[in-house]
Amino acid sequence: MSIPPNSYRSGPDARGHFGGYGGRFVAETLMPLVLDLERAYGEAKDDPAFRAELGAMLKDYVGRESPLYFAERLTERLGGAKIYLKREDLNHTGAHKINNCLGQILLARRMGKTRIIAETGAGQHGVATATVAARFGLPCIVYMGEVDIERQKPNVFRMKLLGAEVRPVKSGSRTLKDAMNEALRDWVANVHDTFYIIGSAAGPHPYPEMVRDFQTVIGSETRAQMMVKEKRLPDLVIACVGGGSNAIGMFHPFLDDAEVAIHGVEASGDGLDTERHAATLSKGSPGVLHGARSYLLQDRDGQIREAHSISAGLDYPGVGPEHAWLKDQGRVQYFSASDKDALEAFMLLSKLEGIIPALESAHAIAHVMRTAPQMAKDKLIAVCLSGRGDKDVFSVAHALGERI
Amino acid sequence: MSRISSRFAELKKANRSAFVPFITAGDPDFDTALALLKALPKAGADLIELGIPFSDPMADGPVNQASYLRALASGMTLPKVLDMVRKFRKEDKATPLVLMGSYNPIHAYGTARFVRDAAEAGIDGFLIVDLPPEEDEVLRAPASVHGLDVVRFVTPTSDAKRLDTILAGASGYLYYVSMAGITGTKPIEAEDVEASIDALRARTRLPVTVGFGIRTPEQAGRVARFADGVVVGTAIVERVFRNVNDPRLAANVTEFCAELANSVHAARDKDV
Repeated sequence: MSIPPNSYRSGPDARGHFGGYGGRFVAETLMPLVLDLERAYGEAKDDPAFRAELGAMLKDYVGRESPLYFAERLTERLGGAKIYLKREDLNHTGAHKINNCLGQILLARRMGKTRIIAETGAGQHGVATATVAARFGLPCIVYMGEVDIERQKPNVFRMKLLGAEVRPVKSGSRTLKDAMNEALRDWVANVHDTFYIIGSAAGPHPYPEMVRDFQTVIGSETRAQMMVKEKRLPDLVIACVGGGSNAIGMFHPFLDDAEVAIHGVEASGDGLDTERHAATLSKGSPGVLHGARSYLLQDRDGQIREAHSISAGLDYPGVGPEHAWLKDQGRVQYFSASDKDALEAFMLLSKLEGIIPALESAHAIAHVMRTAPQMAKDKLIAVCLSGRGDKDVFSVAHALGERI
Repeated sequence: MSRISSRFAELKKANRSAFVPFITAGDPDFDTALALLKALPKAGADLIELGIPFSDPMADGPVNQASYLRALASGMTLPKVLDMVRKFRKEDKATPLVLMGSYNPIHAYGTARFVRDAAEAGIDGFLIVDLPPEEDEVLRAPASVHGLDVVRFVTPTSDAKRLDTILAGASGYLYYVSMAGITGTKPIEAEDVEASIDALRARTRLPVTVGFGIRTPEQAGRVARFADGVVVGTAIVERVFRNVNDPRLAANVTEFCAELANSVHAARDKDV
């Protein structure tokens, strides 16, 4: 049994490792850029002017802080713990992704980069990137798998309206993982002027750290808001995990609060016992993909398996390295919710609270539906509602067999 | 002396550049790829890079991606790559063989165990595209035990400071990536590369091979005048693809390799 660390919040180390995870597994061509980015981010992070500019944009452009909303009817229906929703769905562009995109584009500008690229699954990160690129007048190319383009049409059109070029990715499973491959290939070929805005808390160091830092605003606000509303910390914090950016942002400020239980919820698609799921931490094993060592869905020969989830944003066979470490440390427990569970949660939240959640966030709500009834009425749950579900209405209608 | 060092020493004596073809192990299937592999030395290959198929290669263009997928579809695995090497080594004890690819299949096999098995099979070195110096200790430590080389990449983005990191601990030879990009997408700019290689020579005595973007015998000959080795990958893999349904695949691809080899080997004749 290893001794727990003094703090769960001190990683990564100087080489970008969270225990045995993370690192910089990239082509040599990218190494000078990755090192440059690390240096630039380190300087920016400590620069009051950078922090002030980011803070002002988060307030006036994104609309932060986002509310911590007491979901009274959901709480009543489930009959257990009090449920609070962290309303990242109310951010400009409709999800938590913009928090990170703003941070990264300010850094890109600081570094003198003139071209922005990104990968996207559900399209939320693509839309957020296209948005900040429009706001700062930089050309933007978004790589998106053909399968995802089909199931997230509204977001594809939004990106086009925002002036971004959406490049369909035809390789592999034509989803998020392939979009990330293609974005990395673009970056290798355009090293001199291009900034790659990664949306997940994944990729080579310093991305997992940087994305986490920019998303930590979610958990920090939640913590402070809960102290105001309930005069104490929540008993349980919940977020959905694909690559894991909203989750790490929500979890990080609570990691050293031993009294707070933390649950991540992966997508189990058709079910954990089937071949069609995206539950990387529950069913995967450690490996190296997209610049970092972390858990992966892979076969015995180390070939990457295709993930499946009804939610494009969770449909990824990897996960951010800090989650892999937190799982091994036992600090965060990872569960899963199926397509069916997520759809049920999607409908329930819509009808009870008048809030249509993103299918990604619906996985977190599905876990709330299982856990809240098991908890006493004086217990508190804070769940990250990472995005809104407008983009998903076509997918949901299709899944329900309805035509719209 | 390792097979790699002695091969470069022989070539240096003869004032010749090495012709280094790249093929994917198992493309389009095990038997055809083995036949091609066996034919390469006779076609003039001085060193061979054997690609490990991977589902998600980060540094490869569409041609090599498709090649890995053909190999995987035919049932290729990392243990089978080593089988292929063993079969090759039964007939050829002299031609250095370097495994090239992504790290994850090796990680899944178990890195230390893989290096041991690869050494026994007759591999001479590794070129792992996503293991930069910051991460390659995990491979270099077992490789040095078995006397195998972990070849490092130098790229147009490697400045003087970066070169310090790359050269500290480099062994076998250096692979100069002739352009910032993925395999097989842009043609080489030989003049720019020559200047970079000259600068590199001032820093190291290791042989320097050049790859990425060399597609024709003419380009290969041009690079062979100044580089210690000329790597051709995508252009060869493309011919494998074009001959996929031809029973003469190995012969047809070998013929192209022979043209490349002749051009590489004759490149410096006019200089003397």
